[in-house]
Amino acid sequence: MGKTLFEKVWDKHVVSSIDDSTDILYIDKHFIHEVTSPQAFAGLEKRGIGVLRPEKTVATPDHNVPTINQHLPIGEALSAKQVAKLTENCQKHGINLYGLQHPFHGIVHIIGPELGITQPGMTIVCGDSHTSTHGAFGTIAFGIGTSEVEEVLATQCLLQSKPKTMKIQIDGELAKGVLSKDIILYIISQISSSGGTGYFVEYCGSAIRSLSMEARMTICNMSIEMGARGGMIAPDETTFEYVKGKEFAPKGESFDKAVAYWKTLYSDEDAVFDKELYFDAAEIEPMVTYGTNPGMGIKITGKIPELETIVANNQKSFLKSLDYMGFKPGEALKGKPINWVFIGSCTNARIEDLRMVADFIKGKKKADSINALVIPGSKQVEKQAKEEGLDKILEEAGFKLREPGCSACLGMNEDKVPRGEYCISTSNRNFEGRQGPGARTILASPLMAAAAAIEGKITDIRELV
Amino acid sequence: MEKFKTVISTVVPLPISDVDTDQIIPARFLKATTRDGFGDNLFRDWRYNVDGTPKSDFVLNQDTYSGEILVAGKNFGSGSSREHAAWAIYDYGFKVVVSSFFADIFKNNSLNNGLLPVQVSEEFLQSIFDKVETDPSVKLKVELEPQTISIEGTGESEHFEIGEYKKTCLLNGYDDIDYILNNKDKILEYEKNSIQF
Ligand code: SF4
Repeated sequence: MGKTLFEKVWDKHVVSSIDDSTDILYIDKHFIHEVTSPQAFAGLEKRGIGVLRPEKTVATPDHNVPTINQHLPIGEALSAKQVAKLTENCQKHGINLYGLQHPFHGIVHIIGPELGITQPGMTIVCGDSHTSTHGAFGTIAFGIGTSEVEEVLATQCLLQSKPKTMKIQIDGELAKGVLSKDIILYIISQISSSGGTGYFVEYCGSAIRSLSMEARMTICNMSIEMGARGGMIAPDETTFEYVKGKEFAPKGESFDKAVAYWKTLYSDEDAVFDKELYFDAAEIEPMVTYGTNPGMGIKITGKIPELETIVANNQKSFLKSLDYMGFKPGEALKGKPINWVFIGSCTNARIEDLRMVADFIKGKKKADSINALVIPGSKQVEKQAKEEGLDKILEEAGFKLREPGCSACLGMNEDKVPRGEYCISTSNRNFEGRQGPGARTILASPLMAAAAAIEGKITDIRELV
Repeated sequence: MEKFKTVISTVVPLPISDVDTDQIIPARFLKATTRDGFGDNLFRDWRYNVDGTPKSDFVLNQDTYSGEILVAGKNFGSGSSREHAAWAIYDYGFKVVVSSFFADIFKNNSLNNGLLPVQVSEEFLQSIFDKVETDPSVKLKVELEPQTISIEGTGESEHFEIGEYKKTCLLNGYDDIDYILNNKDKILEYEKNSIQF
């Protein structure tokens, strides 16, 4: 029997097996950031041990950093302390740190791929659930807790139970104005925010093949939003082209050798998945969420479900969620006024996203009622955007390009959406209070967010392109 | 990690599904560099008003319910990988969380901190909610060795799943790092024989 892509990569990393379902897995790359690592380093200290392979860990502060004046000391005392702690821990243990203002600084899941640290066939972990992003390269990449961060620092390994495998195949062509963000929001709306729990997903099919690396990352990024441990895509020419020439990618002969290996990373014809799902790309429209988990999404032409259509056990949560959002069952979202737009996060703050937004808003002006935050995913994205003049286009339309970080994706720094206000956001979570206490988040693609910024209300992008 | 012992306790019911880790502990409280004190902000925005006064309709603020067992609706702990969620629940005083479904990372994080996630059937969960609604003094008994959870005085009981390895860890209070470090020769062996990225 053949193997799935997941099994190929997993099996190559098993150091030893503990029982039928638990293995000690070797980890090739470990990313850390300021929020989930301090207690891990403290743990090492308590045990009196060091970091086993410091060269395999890469650090960057992203979650609570300010997105203006990054050249100045961080104003907020607790954030400053966490960032200082990260710096101190990295120095002490010889870990590479890309701090604020470093040309490689940015959101962990943006910098890994753009620096060529992320390569096909690897195992990658980080104390952050959106580590699944790196799966776009055919890696097994998943989020871990702080005890596990400590475990990887101490042993370069993780004790893991093997998840089940799921294939999600999407064939066909996407309509104009429909992006990879809509694909993933659509899938999650179909299988719910827990539909993938216990599984590791492989995305495949012609619709996936035709996507750029950046668009693929958006899909893998949100695997965790269906509860999946992670999601991956078999590497192909698009992947190799993307990795080629990146800062830490193998060069010359080593690159050719690597590619020869990477080409073996696909699911065999006769491989068996525990579950298979099929979708038609032509069915997918621009998506928006109406509730407080990413599974609560509808097509822009659709309506919020009626209460009767919700299973009895979930009705209470459904109503609680709509109450928080200020929406009613059966309503449409199109035309609803909003006043915040957040373009950023590890889901959609890569250069392609900014290009797409700039291309659309060029020559237009944002509505007066709109507060717009555009936060690049990394220093490199910021630099590239400036070189291409995207910052000027944004500025003329009334947006401002800030400095990189997680920002209003989770509202740990100053960038928050005020209580009760609506924000159309390119990030990945619409949980209660995620973008600030009381903030109401509507998840959508960068184009849908840009369209809403121009119109001042939720708009079907297809009517504008 | 502390050894897990049998828990017999009244429960705190939270009959809401899809409780995500942002609700368990909002991001703005993740700025600490130690593991302590997160219990104070457990369910912060459901528990307190904007001005810091307790919301009387939230279960943690009601005298009726208390105990070492939190019983929550389906798909508990989804979202972020923040271990702070498990720390907050444990720090508040819970030893067990019962639900009909747990998010993966949350489950791992709990097990790594001596907090036992007990997955029960939808029916059993509903039965707990019904019983404690009529009588808040009803107790649950959670035993790890035989992997059983029972509603005291009713004869209702269910078996729950947990991996053999994790069970041993919890019962003995040791963790993955101890285990792997005892196998360090295997790691070095692996590094010698495999492609190194
Ligand atoms: S951008 Fe948002 S989702 Fe991504 S790592 Fe930062 S906080 Fe997490």
